Amino acid sequence: MNRGLQWLTAGLAGLLLGLGLILSGMANPAKVVGFLDVAGPWDPSLGLVMGGGLVVGSVGFALLKKRQVTLLGEPLNLPVSRKIDIRLILGSVSFGIGWGITGICPGPGLVLLGAGIPEGVIYVVSLLAGMALYSVIEKCRHRC
Amino acid sequence: MTIDWQAFTLYAAITALLGGFMIGLAAVWLAWANGRIAGISGILGHLIELMVQQKREAFGWRIAFLLGLLAAPLLWMLFSVLPASVQQTGSIGLVLGGLLVGLGTRYANGCTSGHGICGLSRFSLRSLMAVGSFMTAAIVTVYVLRHLLGVSA
Repeated sequence: MNRGLQWLTAGLAGLLLGLGLILSGMANPAKVVGFLDVAGPWDPSLGLVMGGGLVVGSVGFALLKKRQVTLLGEPLNLPVSRKIDIRLILGSVSFGIGWGITGICPGPGLVLLGAGIPEGVIYVVSLLAGMALYSVIEKCRHRC
Repeated sequence: MTIDWQAFTLYAAITALLGGFMIGLAAVWLAWANGRIAGISGILGHLIELMVQQKREAFGWRIAFLLGLLAAPLLWMLFSVLPASVQQTGSIGLVLGGLLVGLGTRYANGCTSGHGICGLSRFSLRSLMAVGSFMTAAIVTVYVLRHLLGVSA
């Protein structure tokens, strides 16, 4: 029974996130690149998106830290890694380059796909291919 | 630095802030209800790996979350017209960019949502390093493309 409820709560989270991405302008690559282009005419909008997200996020996560269980009474499954290594940095740099080229990060990519925008389809297929490439590279590294 | 007042209108500022609240609320909600981080690249990446390993029991909430995200524009369209989405690059750029994002977010274990919203909200130094790295790389990339190579949409 709990599992069905978990699907519902997760589906609602995805829906709310998607609506937030659309409203905020994150699903508009021109808006994203307008924020990243600090040397051109700069659009600070996405700073407000980040700021708004962090205000709600920091309060919500701080309160959750005191509870230590979910609303359904189950243990939390949050990341504990503190490792700062070359994988984290180079991976983030690779992500940043791809984000700069397209103006699309994974969440908005899925929103564009859902909206049936052709660019969203090409982007998400390539995104999945990049993720599959990671799995293949890591598998080879462990075998060789 | 000059502000682009044509793009940064009062309406844009308000919708950005409200949208940001919703994104934060969605992340907090998934953590409170499911005990999980609302990181798109992580959820998508793990789903693919679980599918390959055929571990069906862990599929459900991930698929539900992604379906919610995909359904958001459809729900929006029931009530209103979707805001304009102006693309910045052609097919080659989308393929190259998508590949770099897919590969990079798996190595870094997160993207704008997981490290940017959730990680920074939890005051994770690891996430701060990730965000600093991808923001810097993205800003440099846009600078090179727009101002050095003269590529513009």
